[in-house]
Amino acid sequence: MITLAKALNAGLRKAMENDPKVVLLGEDIGRLGGVFRITDGLQKDFGEDRVVDTPLAESGIVGSAVGLALRGYRPVVEIQFDGFVYPAYDQIVNQVAKMHFRTGGKVTMPMVIRIPFAGGIGAVEHHSESPEAQFAHTPGLKVVACSNPIDAYWMIQQAIASPDPIVFLEPKRLYHSDKAELDLAVPPVPLFSSRVVRRGDDLTVLAYGPTVKTALNAAAAAEKEGTSLEVVDLRTLSPLDLAPVFASVRRTGRAVVVHEAHTNLGMGAEVAARISEECFHSLEAPVLRVGGFDTPYPPARAEEHFLPDLDRLLDAVDRSLTW
Amino acid sequence: MSEFVQLLTPEGERREHPDYDYRGGPDQIRSLYRDMTLVRRFDAEATALQRHGELGLWAPLVGQEAAQVGAGRALRAQDHVFPTYREHGVAWCRGIDPLQVLSLFRGIDYGSWDPTEKGFNLYTLVIGAQALHAVGYAMGVQRDGAVGTGDPDRDTAVVAHFGDGATSQGDVNEAFVFAASYQAPVVFFCQNNQWAISEPLERQSRIPLYRRAEGFGFPGVQVDGNDILATYAVTQAALQRAREGGGPTLVEAYTYRMGAHTTTDDPTRYRLSDEVEHWKLKDPLARVEAYLRRNGFATDAFFTELAAEADALGERLRTGVRQLAEPTPHQLFDRVYAEIGDELAAQRDGYDAYLASFADAAPTDGGTLETAVAR
Ligand SMILES: Cc1ncc(C[n+]2csc(CCOP(=O)(O)OP(=O)(O)O)c2C)c(N)n1
Repeated sequence: MITLAKALNAGLRKAMENDPKVVLLGEDIGRLGGVFRITDGLQKDFGEDRVVDTPLAESGIVGSAVGLALRGYRPVVEIQFDGFVYPAYDQIVNQVAKMHFRTGGKVTMPMVIRIPFAGGIGAVEHHSESPEAQFAHTPGLKVVACSNPIDAYWMIQQAIASPDPIVFLEPKRLYHSDKAELDLAVPPVPLFSSRVVRRGDDLTVLAYGPTVKTALNAAAAAEKEGTSLEVVDLRTLSPLDLAPVFASVRRTGRAVVVHEAHTNLGMGAEVAARISEECFHSLEAPVLRVGGFDTPYPPARAEEHFLPDLDRLLDAVDRSLTW
Repeated sequence: MSEFVQLLTPEGERREHPDYDYRGGPDQIRSLYRDMTLVRRFDAEATALQRHGELGLWAPLVGQEAAQVGAGRALRAQDHVFPTYREHGVAWCRGIDPLQVLSLFRGIDYGSWDPTEKGFNLYTLVIGAQALHAVGYAMGVQRDGAVGTGDPDRDTAVVAHFGDGATSQGDVNEAFVFAASYQAPVVFFCQNNQWAISEPLERQSRIPLYRRAEGFGFPGVQVDGNDILATYAVTQAALQRAREGGGPTLVEAYTYRMGAHTTTDDPTRYRLSDEVEHWKLKDPLARVEAYLRRNGFATDAFFTELAAEADALGERLRTGVRQLAEPTPHQLFDRVYAEIGDELAAQRDGYDAYLASFADAAPTDGGTLETAVAR
């Protein structure tokens, strides 16, 4: 059994072994192994040139990674916490995202920006944000979110191998709590694809990152009440892989999207719009969204109110079913 | 500008410095010592409360009491402070109830004091962001004509606190540029506690931090951050320079973080215990105690009474923290805007109704579809 944190560590190690051009950069990722220990032991084994402890400057980290990428390296950047990506926002959306386009395709930006994201760990301010929509809204970036150890192991390697810049979201509250058996004989799911993680007939729940677990728990609870929920892990947020989603919704006739990010203009809005366009005639109810409220992420002792939990998800399921 | 400023040695002996002197008498030194003692107790109590699960996190200041109380006590009422997240000692000097600081770390709010009233902004967790706020505030002070008037109750200085790691951030460097360009009445007070989590000072700078100031066009001074007389004197001089219209100063308080970065950090993974032992010998409180005792400026009774006062503070914090009011769902919604809009009000009311549905429903095991269907 391997935790999500250990799976990422193993995936990073594999990628570094396979390609000497892979370089890790970030705050505290060396001797400390990162504040979440995702890079534990890597500096010891690969040296300070491959696992670079950087000064405390996010724009510096991402901006210098741009230069490294221009020089033929494959930088993998760790942003310590979601709320601290914004000092690097300009570099990410104006430089990283546009380099391939601006150079007429002559230059690629094979960069991975790892962000531990979302909440539920009782943290202080800026440590529980879900900034995915801001990046998914930026052409030139790809955005993926892992939700379990097996995906984490493969997805990080696939992301590093990809020629395009990828914002790689890691559900931090599952780092050490989620365990799975990693069978290397089972081939990985392609990176940019969504996946049905539970079969069901009455309604399709769409989730990614930490809410996949919430959705699965909700599905288990609903089953006891005789309701059969299908759960799709979106996995890739930009590009979206919606063909399996459309197939599912055409069968169930109902869909609920769940994420922690603010609901207004969030991923759910896009997914709901696309389902409406593609599956209008199959729908028995409007596509519903369950997300964080349109408020800043609250202090820890109020986060239970903010975070979409099993009950809020089931409430939406119920509204859809009784439409 | 000047050599390392120290006015009281680790052994508790007074030192002369050509540019700085501490002019307070024994009364004031006792009172500085009192503040450091109470702040240290506040910190120890908070660490213990975190271990008992009463706080989500704590960023200990132990070792940095002299830097903070020295800087905090040098302020005047009209001055304004922009702290990071470890400035508990400065907050104390600004008259902020420690329970308000604990409330933040308990996860109830993001700071409940009134920044305007206290002259002390909310804690800032994004490294370096507040340095720019301080400069902007100082630019406002200039526009209000509150510098260089010669009126001690009017002339105002602004302080930005940050750590050694923060000096790498763009925001801090931009703050230096702005402050220099406009000669803003701001004091950049850097507590160089040698570490930014696991990254040592050498990862941020090849030269002593105070020397950076020169490159931006204003003076920098390095002070023994474990010497409260020196931090007080140096900060006071820098504040006065700012109030008089002399422009910015960078003060580097050379100190040490004795504890972990925060309660979730494990410093044994990156630093040697030798180093910690070495800094223990420079303890900011011990040297003042030695000084007071050696010169007969404080009796045993003073120390005994102070210990009792610290115990009482500890007790007040222990009980007080458990009595802090929990945040209500309404605080989520009602504080987002000065004027709430219809859409958000509808979200709030919808959530109220949703919560009410649980109150109406028969209790189930934590709420399932049944609860939801019961609506
Ligand atoms: C922009 C940003 N990046 C990363 C962090 C995470 N972080 C919190 S404290 C810290 C180290 C700060 O070191 P320093 O500035 O020396 O201050 P100290 O805590 O030592 O007083 C880091 C990296 C943050 N809060 N903000």
